Amino acid sequence: MSDTGKIEKVSIVISKGSLEGIYPGLIMANGARAEGMEANLFFTFFGLDAIHRQRHEHIKLATVGNPGLHLATWAGGLPGVSSVMTQYMSHRMEKLDIPSIPEFVEMIADTGAGLYACKASVDLFELAKDDFVDQVKDIITVGEFYDLAAGGQIIFT
Amino acid sequence: MPTAVYAGTPVTVTEEGFYLDPDQWREDMAPEIARDAGIDVLTDRHWQVIMHMRKEFAGKGTGPTVRALGRTSGVSIKELYLLFPKGPAKLAARIAGIPKPRGCI
Repeated sequence: MSDTGKIEKVSIVISKGSLEGIYPGLIMANGARAEGMEANLFFTFFGLDAIHRQRHEHIKLATVGNPGLHLATWAGGLPGVSSVMTQYMSHRMEKLDIPSIPEFVEMIADTGAGLYACKASVDLFELAKDDFVDQVKDIITVGEFYDLAAGGQIIFT
Repeated sequence: MPTAVYAGTPVTVTEEGFYLDPDQWREDMAPEIARDAGIDVLTDRHWQVIMHMRKEFAGKGTGPTVRALGRTSGVSIKELYLLFPKGPAKLAARIAGIPKPRGCI
């Protein structure tokens, strides 16, 4: 924090691969840049799907094990329910001018935020730099992440 | 509320420096507000965004967010951040003498 008590830098970790797991971190990073803060995004575990070339257009809302949806667990598991709910949610978001995940990722990179993939997860899923969208600056270790995050706040989502 | 003096005229501003009354704003005040906001020189590209802010505010009663600016001002999001590094919508609104835009995206 600065002398004025304002946050000047944030590093946001996105660790989940569901629609509701990815958006909050993207919104927080974009909002941080809009307020003039420095922002970095670190994608780890299933959060890597948000920057995965093939997968980031197909991020789904979790309809099983998501009590916030107020949908019976058995109903959430029926074929197609996740797709339908995702479409419904995407439609609502579009009305509010919230960009799709691929567009949002590109936009956040344009704001000057840094996008990074977690090395341990990349190794675990046997991925490589080419699997990710061009906006990803680098694949970094947890130690390098802490170096990048130095002097700011860390937010884990 | 605090008072600031721009181009020799006192104006009422918020703690963050946004005009309370956009009608108090004049173009010749903008370079001084910009300097207060950390921008030394206003180029034509800055002006394009500033005048767009005024126009949007006049029409809609609220200033656009960065995403909306990127779509409608004729200046890309990348360039907006080069012109206004400490937050394009926020800074351009301040320099344009309109309230801070509220929006999460």
